[in-house]
Amino acid sequence: MKTLITNGIIIDPDTRQMGVGSVLVENGTITARFDGQLPADASVRTAPGTTVIDASHKLISPGLIDLHVHLREPGEEHKETIATGTRAAAAGGFTVVACMPNTRPAIDSVATIQHIAQAAARANNAEVLPIAAATVGRSGKELSPMRELVEAGAIGFSDDGTPVSDPAVMRNVFEYIKMLGVPYFGHCEDMVLSKGWGMHEGAVSNRLGLPGYPSAAEEVGIARDIALAELTNSRLHVCHVSTAGGVALIRAAKERGVKVSGEACPHHIVLSDRWVLGWLDDQAKAENEPGISLNATTRPPYDTSTRVSPPLRTEADAEAVLQGLLDGTLDFVATDHAPHSRVDKEVEYRLAMAGITGIETALASMLMLVNRGQMSLIDLIVKMTDEPAKFLGRTSTTLRVGARADITVIDPQMVWTVEADKLFSKGKNTPLLGQKMRGKAVLTMYKGHITHQE
Amino acid sequence: MSLPLIAPHNPWMATATRKRRHVLDLDDFREQEIIDVLDSAVSMKEILGRSVPQVPILRGKTVANIFYEESTRTRLSFELAARTLSASVMNMTAKGSSVEKGESLIDTIRTIQALGADIIVMRHGESGAPYLAAQHFRGSIINAGDGRHAHPSQALLDLFTIREHLGQLKGLHVVIAGDVLHSRVARSDIWGMLRCGMQVTICAPSTLIGDVQMWQASHPGLKISYDLDTLLPHTDVLMGLRLQKERMQAGLLPALREYSTYFGISAERLEQLPKHAIVMHPGPMNEGVEIMPEAADSPRSVIETQVTNGVAIRMALLYRLSGETQA
Repeated sequence: MKTLITNGIIIDPDTRQMGVGSVLVENGTITARFDGQLPADASVRTAPGTTVIDASHKLISPGLIDLHVHLREPGEEHKETIATGTRAAAAGGFTVVACMPNTRPAIDSVATIQHIAQAAARANNAEVLPIAAATVGRSGKELSPMRELVEAGAIGFSDDGTPVSDPAVMRNVFEYIKMLGVPYFGHCEDMVLSKGWGMHEGAVSNRLGLPGYPSAAEEVGIARDIALAELTNSRLHVCHVSTAGGVALIRAAKERGVKVSGEACPHHIVLSDRWVLGWLDDQAKAENEPGISLNATTRPPYDTSTRVSPPLRTEADAEAVLQGLLDGTLDFVATDHAPHSRVDKEVEYRLAMAGITGIETALASMLMLVNRGQMSLIDLIVKMTDEPAKFLGRTSTTLRVGARADITVIDPQMVWTVEADKLFSKGKNTPLLGQKMRGKAVLTMYKGHITHQE
Repeated sequence: MSLPLIAPHNPWMATATRKRRHVLDLDDFREQEIIDVLDSAVSMKEILGRSVPQVPILRGKTVANIFYEESTRTRLSFELAARTLSASVMNMTAKGSSVEKGESLIDTIRTIQALGADIIVMRHGESGAPYLAAQHFRGSIINAGDGRHAHPSQALLDLFTIREHLGQLKGLHVVIAGDVLHSRVARSDIWGMLRCGMQVTICAPSTLIGDVQMWQASHPGLKISYDLDTLLPHTDVLMGLRLQKERMQAGLLPALREYSTYFGISAERLEQLPKHAIVMHPGPMNEGVEIMPEAADSPRSVIETQVTNGVAIRMALLYRLSGETQA
């Protein structure tokens, strides 16, 4: 059984080169690569048992990697399961995801890691890398059995959803993981400053009368964790950076050599707090030109799909997060895909669970930046493949002979509409419902088998 | 900067060809619509003065008052307004209802719809709750106060009372003194007053205002001050706001005494106002804190008139949403 993907534009993140070529996949591995146009009569096309997939005018990228998703299993299978979440990942073009430990129970035992590994193997849609809880039950008190967890497959630790509030406990987490060589994924928030929050604190929250989550609540959290990472010479990865101040703190820390990295979520770049105004926003460009602009005025005000933690910030913050991604302050794109059920979201705004599902819209959201000329295509692919791979300690994602066949074929021109019943995720909680997007993964291959095809 | 335009994408607001569906805040009222409501309330006030104050305008209609937070004047005045217009009235308070058993807002709204309500008047502690209700109700919603966000009928009755006493709105200077940061009354008043061409200054300790740039961006044209005494000689309307005692516990204020010293509406401060100026308060008052009894009872005080006018304004709003043609 062979699969031949022909005549697409192959993107090599390693060398930052792009060129027409074809890739042959056998038994889960890339066994040949043909640069240049593959002739119609090439013998490789007609070899027995070969399926040929024409990728003309499409991009052939290494499989996308998302190091921040919530798969909700075990414990909240009504929101998402490992099977549905990874199926959604495949639809979004992802072949590797890292799942956060705020499940029920939290991922703080080897048994839970084994459950995830088994469920992921059964689904076989994507590689699932567990991030385990830093503290037992994510309670912020006692350290989880971190060495055991790493041996069982945890790639790092986090109490994501919340910070480790006690700075002394946080220090101990940093000290302990240093021995294990894995990062702490920080949900950086001062929960006293953000207490009772509804949305980002600013002009929009003031107009809507919603209690604010000030930028400073994130900045104080990031500053504290940077100080503790610096003190312990340990590795801090700042999740979902949403503020201009947070980007600046990480930039300054990197410059002085702190082992810190950061991630940017598409919703913090392409959306802003003005989306909470919905159709009350009289200054929004009410136009949805696929691949260029989104229309923030199609939804009612206080639409709970816009409630996420950290919250959608101002357009200036979004610009700073993008700049951080471009200049390397923020290392890669991660979705913070956070599915919720209708019951969690069809409530009063401030009471709605925080979270946006993004794994199926991330690529199209980020391609908007490419279409607008704010980011190069190669930079985007690097930020969604090679950078997260390097973060994991993997050498390269480039589609070379011998590499695992994790491949995403992207049609950058395909126009599609985000519709609840077409999303594979159980979570339909995205403000992008109804928006026309441009660009989609039309074929996703994980370990050589097709996990998604349009 | 000027007040932002009304968003053209809002399907619930009134246009030349479409009647208003809901009253959720004044931010989607044009000046003319506000004036229309005030004019209509003049007729309603006349009805209230009759020996038999009842007209059949809403006969056959059902108004449901659902109150998730306590209220005296707003609930009673909406009820009186509905009864004066001959509507059937249902009352629900969260206490003692299925809300205590965990019923969601949407389910409560659907239940009330199934019982035949045409108009729901709702008070809720969460900002934006009426917008959620409006998406799940076929009739009309009137926001009777949501969280810190809006209290449009209060703002309209304030405008009505000012116009009644001072003969006009445009150009007058209103000073709103007190906890504007947490006040839905202030937020709706500011929209309505700016829209009607009034000058508005909010005056409070900085912890009860928050970021000045934030206010200037969210309510362009609004002025902000920390010094009540310098404003008084240039004030046509002085409005106090209730100061909740929890604010002090939350560390927003050093002491009630300090607040009262610098921001309390006292008889001495009234002396500094121009002769024609009036004093208002949306109630309930903390007498001795944000307003002294001598000020509340002074001839300048129109606080009781506000309550009476509230019924007329609420009649005007119910009438406006009831589908009848313009008076």
